[in-house]
Amino acid sequence: MAASLPLAIAVAWLLTRRRFPGRTLFDALVHLPLVLPPVVVGYILLVLFGARGPLGGFLSRAFGIELVFTRAGAALATAVMSFPLMVRAIRISLEHVDRGLEDAARTLGAGPWDRFATITLPLMMPGILAGAVTAFAAGLGEFGAVITFVSNIPGETRTLPLALYTALQTPDGDAVAARLAAISFGLGVLGLLAAEAIARLARRRLGA
Amino acid sequence: MLSVRARVLRGEFALDVAFETPTPGVTALFGRSGCGKTTLVHAIAGLLTPAAGRISLDGEAFFDDAARVNVPAERRRVGCVFQDARLFPHFSVLGNLRYGARRAPGDSRRIGMDDVVDLLGLQALLSRRPAGLSGGERHRVAIGRALLSQPRLLLLDEPLAAQDLARRAELLPYLDRLCRELRVPIVYVSHQFDEVVQLADRVVVLESGGIAAQGGIEELSRAPALRAIVGPEATGAVVDGRVTGEAGPGRVRVQLGAGSLALSLAGVRAGERVRVHLLARDVWLALERPSGGLVADVLPGKIRALLGNGDAALLVEVDVGGALLLARAGAESAAELAPGREVFALVNAAGSRAWPIAPSRSGGSTAGATRE
Repeated sequence: MAASLPLAIAVAWLLTRRRFPGRTLFDALVHLPLVLPPVVVGYILLVLFGARGPLGGFLSRAFGIELVFTRAGAALATAVMSFPLMVRAIRISLEHVDRGLEDAARTLGAGPWDRFATITLPLMMPGILAGAVTAFAAGLGEFGAVITFVSNIPGETRTLPLALYTALQTPDGDAVAARLAAISFGLGVLGLLAAEAIARLARRRLGA
Repeated sequence: MLSVRARVLRGEFALDVAFETPTPGVTALFGRSGCGKTTLVHAIAGLLTPAAGRISLDGEAFFDDAARVNVPAERRRVGCVFQDARLFPHFSVLGNLRYGARRAPGDSRRIGMDDVVDLLGLQALLSRRPAGLSGGERHRVAIGRALLSQPRLLLLDEPLAAQDLARRAELLPYLDRLCRELRVPIVYVSHQFDEVVQLADRVVVLESGGIAAQGGIEELSRAPALRAIVGPEATGAVVDGRVTGEAGPGRVRVQLGAGSLALSLAGVRAGERVRVHLLARDVWLALERPSGGLVADVLPGKIRALLGNGDAALLVEVDVGGALLLARAGAESAAELAPGREVFALVNAAGSRAWPIAPSRSGGSTAGATRE
């Protein structure tokens, strides 16, 4: 999550502010996890990052990083799945940033990075935070991609919905399942409330 | 010297201009909405790149297509005050003011925070957020912010356009003080001639993407290109004169050429220079000196030229001993009003406006050529 946020900001900026060849294709690629069956995403990750996959093999040899059937892998699958949500939220907030304010900052002597850090980013912040919270809440519920990519290993890659599913498959697991569902429900509501609260706070601060 | 030669193409619209104007000094870019004023300002500031041309300030090129020079806006040090103020909503007023100040090169600091706060009356606003400010207040902050970035040139893009009349009246004195007290060259964009008369020494008249006329304000006030924009009712000569003494409560006598006028103007003393916008409709001509019972001042003079006025009346240019006035006359009297003829200008200046001119602003108003 933490690692994918800056990446999502960069991607959102590219998609909003830059016109480059292959932009449409790039846009589609970023949004693909939203429309593909999660199992397919998990499968693609498995092919790419598996022990004999092109990226997985390299990571394993060069850095000793194993992703398949590990916690890091579960995080990766979740990040990929929630990435489009995050990018979308950030893009919308970026589109609402007044370019005129950036021009004003230019005439006051602020270079590109300076402008981004002092004007663009702070004005985008509500969208970024809301996007991150939503993505985090949605990520907690990720099922298909995780189970396909890293399986369902207790204490390692068993996420909340996986645990819930396991409980349902177990005789007398109903009570556990109900408890897990309640937690899941609570986290979801909390996430949405947090996103809303952030947006409201930001609106008040900017006086809009 | 600000020197601009630029061609900008934006879809259907083409801007093609060339002018030079002395620095420091206040130059007005005057023209109707959509004539390319804002485009030109953006080109000078570096917010858009012309297709061709050269823009330089005091000899240093900002843009030169031949030499492949294009200094980015953030390094031109050209302050900009936009029509919509563009304050940063996530900073307080003080934060906005500091934004430009922090980024100014250390050796360039001439304008201090205290001076700006004082000059623009910002003391009570410093801790407030832009969202809570009125339109006039926002513009004052925007002007202060631009000044504190220690600009080498200040561009004011219709800072009063979005204001109602009351706000205009509130903001104009601030702008006037700014123009008088700071040695920063100013380019003032406006489509309101009375603002231009009050603030500027030189005028560049823009008309559908090109320059229709340019020169000192006195001379331009009589130029056809400018008269076409302001219209017959607001047409009038701008003349600078000297206060000779009081002429009743709130009124002063002002020397214009060989004659003098009584004007409503408070707060000026004898010897001070004032600028008068004398509307042509307030000036009438007589062939003989009228005697007795007049509610007008009489200035003897000589007809210089007869001009069309865009309506049925005739516009007459009269030299009253060094100062040139515009007078209105019925078209039927054209036969009697030949150039060279001695006349008497009857002036009722009650409807005309006058402003004091600070000594620092006197340059540039007499020199300059009109191009048609």
